[in-house]
Amino acid sequence: MRVIDAQTISEAIEDIAVEACCKLSPDTLDALRVARDSERSSIGKEVLDALLENAAIAEREMAPICQDTGVAVVFVQMGNELRVGGGTLVEAVNEGVRRGYARGNLRKSIVADPFERVNTGDNTPAVVHVEVTEGDKLTMEFLAKGGGCENASFLGMLKPADGRQGAIEFVVDGVVKNAVNSCPPVIVGVGVGGTMDRAALMAKRSLLRPLGKPHHNPNIAEIESVLLDRINDSGIGPAGFGGTVTALAVHVETHPCHIASLPVAVNLQCHAHRHRQITL
Amino acid sequence: MSATDKPIVLEPPLTDPVVEALNVGDRVLITGTIYGARDAAHKRLVELIEAGESLPFPLEGAIVYYVGPCPGRGGRPTLSAGPTTASRMDRYAPVLMKHGLKAMMGKGARSESVIRAMQQYKAVYFGTVGGAGALLADRVRRCEPIAFHELGPEAVYLIEVDKFPAFVANDVRGNDLYRAAVQRYKQG
Repeated sequence: MRVIDAQTISEAIEDIAVEACCKLSPDTLDALRVARDSERSSIGKEVLDALLENAAIAEREMAPICQDTGVAVVFVQMGNELRVGGGTLVEAVNEGVRRGYARGNLRKSIVADPFERVNTGDNTPAVVHVEVTEGDKLTMEFLAKGGGCENASFLGMLKPADGRQGAIEFVVDGVVKNAVNSCPPVIVGVGVGGTMDRAALMAKRSLLRPLGKPHHNPNIAEIESVLLDRINDSGIGPAGFGGTVTALAVHVETHPCHIASLPVAVNLQCHAHRHRQITL
Repeated sequence: MSATDKPIVLEPPLTDPVVEALNVGDRVLITGTIYGARDAAHKRLVELIEAGESLPFPLEGAIVYYVGPCPGRGGRPTLSAGPTTASRMDRYAPVLMKHGLKAMMGKGARSESVIRAMQQYKAVYFGTVGGAGALLADRVRRCEPIAFHELGPEAVYLIEVDKFPAFVANDVRGNDLYRAAVQRYKQG
């Protein structure tokens, strides 16, 4: 049984948190450049130029790309021949978040109680999702999830009779209604099937796919393509000031579900798609 | 829309004539002191107004920026200071406008009641680019909490800016950049 020390986990999380918040991934930068070239509105092009310039400034200064450095969401895949020593996995992740948000001058945006709303002061607790896999590796993916795009997200328990078309209309209607508050151009994560919570988790996890990589099932890839076109037809554009690029990508994930259910969850992500993965 | 290409320089506090001359789609560059405030601070400001108590900053002619800035480092007062979603402050905005607020700055569209209040009280709303936090922080010369410090990033901030860029998203005549511009590019 391999042992990983909690300190090692904390150090890794600290590093990827700061890096994710200050440096956009190559696929995100590429998507923004492609968007800028294809955008037909002049104000839209200007907004995309500003976002690309912003990314360059942020990387150069090690400054947060967006001041909303978000809730720390961490997806963990932990091998079943691995154990954590000197602390628990979740404690180690939280300590890493605490240190990263301090060292990186990131914003502390978490309140302890949703009703009392007193800031925790260190951006913990993180939201941690753990999956057990085979082997002895620990893979952790950090995602800074801002409040704006998270607030624009939504879920519906559709009827099976609503079908493929009903699900498409539900997603398009909701995204078009909410995208303006999610800093377009957005990335759209969709989870269909499972249970209410599984659909939502799939929607969020689908955001981590390389941008624009289609689903391996051609039927689902077709739905992704239809959704992307329909959302871009909305005219919302970059920053919501009007334009032809409203979404950079749509990723759909599916899961078996109840005979009576058709859960459809949509997690919106903004263009400041801040995520980093590490394997220990 | 009659947007001008050359940016209009604005130095708060703003007067009625200055605000009335702005048209939806105009580019503006703001130089001077603006005040940062979000949901929690707005709630307290409205409570102070309703209690007849004085506010931590002069509201008359002020520009309020919906922002929760990141801490600073070295010579930079803040590392990242882009806008937050304005609609969360819709509930509080009309009262502030009634008591002299002349401009709000944030991102995303405002509600009908806020648009009506802007017409009634002669105030405007500037939209700026969400997610361009580091770029906008470059325009900030000072960024300090001046009230409700215990709220951390949600405190009221005194923010000195130099040529801070924004677009007029709502003018005093009820025009709306977010709603109008979308119609131009909408298909299907």
